[in-house]
Amino acid sequence: MSSFPITVKPFGETAILLEWPKEVEEDILKDILGFQAVLRSKLGEHWVLVPSYNSLTLICQKSNFDFPTLRNDILDLYGSERDTFILNRSLWKLPVCYDLDFGPDLKETADTLFISVEELIGLHTSHEYTVYGIGFLPGFMYLGGLPKNLETQRRDTPRLHVDKGSVGLAGRQTGIYPQDSPGGWNIIGRCPVPMFNLNLENPCFVNVGDRIQFVPIDRATFDLKIIEAEVGIYQPERIALDA
Amino acid sequence: MLKVLKSGFYTTLQDQGRFEFRHKGVPVAGTMDDLARHRINTLLENAANAALLEITMTGPTLLFEEETNICLGGAKLSATLNNEPIENYHVYHVNPGDILSYGRLEKGFRGYLGIKKGFISDLVLGSVSQYAPLTQQRCLSDGQQIGYETTALFEPKLSDLKVRSYLDNSELKVALGPEFELLSEGQQKQLFAGSFSVSKENNRMAYQLEEKMGEHSISMLTSATLPGTVQITPSGKIIVLMKDGQTTGGYPRILQLTQEAISILAQKKAGDRVRFTTV
Repeated sequence: MSSFPITVKPFGETAILLEWPKEVEEDILKDILGFQAVLRSKLGEHWVLVPSYNSLTLICQKSNFDFPTLRNDILDLYGSERDTFILNRSLWKLPVCYDLDFGPDLKETADTLFISVEELIGLHTSHEYTVYGIGFLPGFMYLGGLPKNLETQRRDTPRLHVDKGSVGLAGRQTGIYPQDSPGGWNIIGRCPVPMFNLNLENPCFVNVGDRIQFVPIDRATFDLKIIEAEVGIYQPERIALDA
Repeated sequence: MLKVLKSGFYTTLQDQGRFEFRHKGVPVAGTMDDLARHRINTLLENAANAALLEITMTGPTLLFEEETNICLGGAKLSATLNNEPIENYHVYHVNPGDILSYGRLEKGFRGYLGIKKGFISDLVLGSVSQYAPLTQQRCLSDGQQIGYETTALFEPKLSDLKVRSYLDNSELKVALGPEFELLSEGQQKQLFAGSFSVSKENNRMAYQLEEKMGEHSISMLTSATLPGTVQITPSGKIIVLMKDGQTTGGYPRILQLTQEAISILAQKKAGDRVRFTTV
């Protein structure tokens, strides 16, 4: 496993921020996740670890930890010979219905990009996107790896209501709205798989470091999958990346 | 049961909040003013996590259907029990049929009603704290009932807490945030030079401040945020994230409020002034 120059900073009374070089790089993300696994095995249950792009934030539920001591321990641990953890990342194949009912901006976005709707769907579904972070809303994924020819401006006026499951494009990002919310992304389709489900022990099956590929489905399949989701018997297709 | 006759402006059920799913984007939620929660639960000899009502600006009218013991705290909201004025941080015995109502907001912004053994509600990811859409309701509504365990008259170890009030305190103690050093020297000074007023854009998610700093073009990759994280937008607007605030953000994190400062800010309303000082 490669090693990067990392920094360890205090983040208020309750957290410690570990930072890697400021790059959107899968090698950096993998190094962060590997070190997260090491720290997870060393730190107590009262620590929550939040990885994102080039950082790992350690949040302590009780305050009062000795920052200088912990900082040294963390740096020693990072610099030392350590076991390679198998990351156990997944590639999730998520169904998306690119119906005009679900993608009010599909036609306009394709026009803006000077491609056909079919080409847009083809491009959007032929790439694997890396989950660089989960945040903003419960279950919202920050996805990296959008092909350059799908980069668009966000909408001039955000919508006050975007439906849960809506799949959007904005700038260099694509993603799924995990719940009804306001939003300014161009909406091109809808995913019937809930990205956050309170009825499950693990409410969000995706982890930072996983990959997402969208699979086009027709309206009938979408309707079926919505019922599966409501009943709670959906099983998104998973391919192990580190097996 | 506690019957909510009138729900007030924005009354929610809150405990310590939910910590475990921050990496999946779930905000902490929980009481905005932890200091008040802690004092009330201590006086009632409750668990630290016992659930209370958080009462914002205009209080509810509440009917107690069973015997219990209560304690108020946080903002001063001219509360009365059966039309008799009652004080904050004092344990009162309540009989079936008693009515708690609230009057004028005297000081602060968020009042709390604690009850012996805490209010009872379904746990969502380990907490009863209302945060929609994780919880079905975002706040209490008229006519609703909330459970609590009946308790007989209890002799508290301390029935009355004469505490120094922090409601008049406008000083927010902060640590420097991870991106503080990326600000210009002028901006760094500006943060500590004067006071800021709370904008009307303030709620459980975030408090915006009225006075703007200069524009900046600091870029960073999205990273974790915490309750009390002070962010600056590219146009120079200052945003202080609070308990329902998002778990990650892409704006520079210039300061970080102490836990106590979060409680102090939680008691401020639009137009109130605050200033930052380093710990």
